[in-house]
Amino acid sequence: MSKIVKLNKGFDIRLVGKASKEIANFASAQTFAIKPTDFIGLQRPKVLVNEGDTVKAGTPILVDKASDQVIYASPVSGEIVEIKRGDRRKLLEIKILADKTVIHENFGKIDLSQNRDSLAAKLASTGVWPNIIQRPFGIVANPADTPKAIFISAFDTHPLAPDYGFTLQGEEKYLQAGIDALAKLTPGKVHLNVDGSKPIDAIFSGVKNAQINQFSGPHPAGNVGIQIHHLDPINKGDLVWTVSPAGVVQIGKAVLEGVYDTSKIIAVTGSELTKAAYVKTFVGANVSAFVKGNLNSGHVRVISGNVLTGEKINLEGFLGFYHNQITVIPEGDYYEFLGWAKPTASKLSYHRALGLLSFLTPKKEFVLDSNCRGEERAFVQTGVFESVTPMDILPVYLLKAIMAEDFDEMEELGIYEIVEEDLALCEFVDVSKHPVQELVRKGIELIQYS
Amino acid sequence: MKFLRDLMDKQRPLFEKGGKLESLYYAFEAGETFLFSPNHTTAIKGAQVKDAIDLKRMMITVVIAMIPCLLFGIYNTGHQSLLATGATAGLWDNFGDKAIIGLQLVLPIVIVAYAAGGLVEAVFAVIRKHPINEGFLVTGMLIPLVVPATTPLWQVALATIFAVVIAKEVFGGTGMNILNVAMTARAFLYFAYPAQISGDLVWTYLGEKTAVDGFSGATALAVAYNAGVDGVPVVDALAEHNTALGADLFSFANMFMGWIPGSIGETSTLMALLGAAILIGTGVASWKIIVSGFAGAYLMGLLLNVLAVNEYMAMPPQYHWVMGGLAFGIVFMATDPVSAAQTETGKWIYGLLIGVLTVIIRVTNPAYPEGIMLAVLFMNVFAPLIDYYVVKANKTRRLQRATV
Repeated sequence: MSKIVKLNKGFDIRLVGKASKEIANFASAQTFAIKPTDFIGLQRPKVLVNEGDTVKAGTPILVDKASDQVIYASPVSGEIVEIKRGDRRKLLEIKILADKTVIHENFGKIDLSQNRDSLAAKLASTGVWPNIIQRPFGIVANPADTPKAIFISAFDTHPLAPDYGFTLQGEEKYLQAGIDALAKLTPGKVHLNVDGSKPIDAIFSGVKNAQINQFSGPHPAGNVGIQIHHLDPINKGDLVWTVSPAGVVQIGKAVLEGVYDTSKIIAVTGSELTKAAYVKTFVGANVSAFVKGNLNSGHVRVISGNVLTGEKINLEGFLGFYHNQITVIPEGDYYEFLGWAKPTASKLSYHRALGLLSFLTPKKEFVLDSNCRGEERAFVQTGVFESVTPMDILPVYLLKAIMAEDFDEMEELGIYEIVEEDLALCEFVDVSKHPVQELVRKGIELIQYS
Repeated sequence: MKFLRDLMDKQRPLFEKGGKLESLYYAFEAGETFLFSPNHTTAIKGAQVKDAIDLKRMMITVVIAMIPCLLFGIYNTGHQSLLATGATAGLWDNFGDKAIIGLQLVLPIVIVAYAAGGLVEAVFAVIRKHPINEGFLVTGMLIPLVVPATTPLWQVALATIFAVVIAKEVFGGTGMNILNVAMTARAFLYFAYPAQISGDLVWTYLGEKTAVDGFSGATALAVAYNAGVDGVPVVDALAEHNTALGADLFSFANMFMGWIPGSIGETSTLMALLGAAILIGTGVASWKIIVSGFAGAYLMGLLLNVLAVNEYMAMPPQYHWVMGGLAFGIVFMATDPVSAAQTETGKWIYGLLIGVLTVIIRVTNPAYPEGIMLAVLFMNVFAPLIDYYVVKANKTRRLQRATV
């Protein structure tokens, strides 16, 4: 029974710098990195390689000492050039200098008729497993668990997000194989949630073995957490898994080809780029090849991911494991004279107190920089968080419960149903400038490790 | 502006940790952020861009929404004064004189309220080490608008200080308070100095002059209440009242426009609605509270009509909208986001009950001719309870989902 869900709450942040639908001929990335910090819930990473080792795509690089079934593999073949540690020897990056052509570890095609547990164990040993995320908590799934359902959001409504219909073209076969594999892992359904505001992309419309649901509305309609809430909400004790479409394709390639193939098309976006377009690369790519020489201004912030949930990296930084996009915006470390008082049409605001006439130009695209636009204050404005959160959840009460470290209250108010990205818009619209996503993670960790 | 920026940057080390004036940091911060939006950038992880709004912008919007009430109040203060002394007849006669009398009376009150409130706010910010909150921009304007123009300035200052300290700072500042600060200030005056804020003689400024014969100075609410006691239909009593000042002083239209005696900013329903339009248009105040507040007053008025045992209860309910400070209170006081109900369902209930309570207090209680002040304060106290049940309903829905 496929479902059609229309959402009204939310807000689309329209930015300048959408990627044009072409594969740009940027220089290829030379180095790639695995960043253990990308994997939430990775407790005690143990490095399995040394500097100077040569690895193939799919060679195990990391395991979690706390659950060593899942390996974190090299995305490309080449030489380990640096193992970078930070304060207290915290593992930050394992850098790999890539070969010209990628050589894969071959672990043989995966037989989907084997039993569920051995299939899960096999997938966990290939490097594709970290694509599977467990909810609650938003951590890498444990192959020993059995989820009640698996959810795939086939579209991304974040600002300047890539169009999966474009980035996954030609991968239909692998997408289907990935879904077939996932369907074996759960006694419940695999949900494939597509954009209901337009005809279903060809690559998703033919998918079998999954329930295709349609979601439409402003961002965060494309967030898998919102979709779960409307399809089969997570209650205390429930366990579901989520996978991104790019992750499903990786799983499909492991199944059909017996290799860990991390090649993907990512969107290179943002107002500060001369050319915003798609580029074909691998997981963990060094972004300098796409950004340097492609900037139209000097003082920029490079973000792995999108502007709502992404992470600031520098010009020599690496694409995050889960990211399909980089965004380059102006850095906002400047003072603005009477910035709060000036009437303006060039700033974007969800609130009509600033964007009073914004309804006249609903499609206008803005250039946003990283300025906070004000100082942190106590919660004052009410009702705004609710109006950008299309879930039956009271964000302000939940956040206050987290601040108060009230475990019962957090549970009752629905902490199991959210991860950072689901309340990212609250952080954007907040008049009082609270670090909402940081708070959400703090609350999740309090519950997770209690 | 570079010279200002340079000045700030030069002074900054004085106020930062280790500087000579470290303890005054938040006073400096308030000045600095008033002049310049700060150069803070977003964190490494999380939202990399932020909405252009901040609390200053939101609060200044409320102040702007009050400007129609303020300007009207200034002119009406002068108008009532000249009317009572027989020096003017038409609304727009002696325009300059009225404006000057109004300004002379109202401006000092506004200045005193801002100065007293700002001082307390600054002192607390420095002692308690929290940023100076923009909420006092609104409070400082609200307090003058809800007192009579004849209020002694020392009382204004005292009430403001009392309200800011007791209603706000003891709870931890803006965002933490339970009661609406401006309403607390008015309640303080009402109970501490009733002679200067109730009765028939305080609403109109006469100065050295004497009033014309037959002048009473009573507000519409007092007239309506007395009509109820005397058994005269309220509408007739209002129409006949104070013919010395023109036959239609308390006609519905005149009361809607606000050309009547009363506190400075509350007399005009029209100006309050204009403010409501600004607040709702900009999304700063909850339209749900405003709509349900007016609806509550009307419905309660209707119910009293049905149950009427005296003439005040039988008064047409729409008169409640235009008499006294109901409109002003619902638009500017009830919608204070901090002290109001915070859940969307809660806002409907909260607004409705404010309207209902106001009318009940007006009609049934001889001691308090105006009910909005107590209704708002009472519902401020009950707002957390309303929210508690709305939040509980949310939790229950989640729980039931888990068990089915």
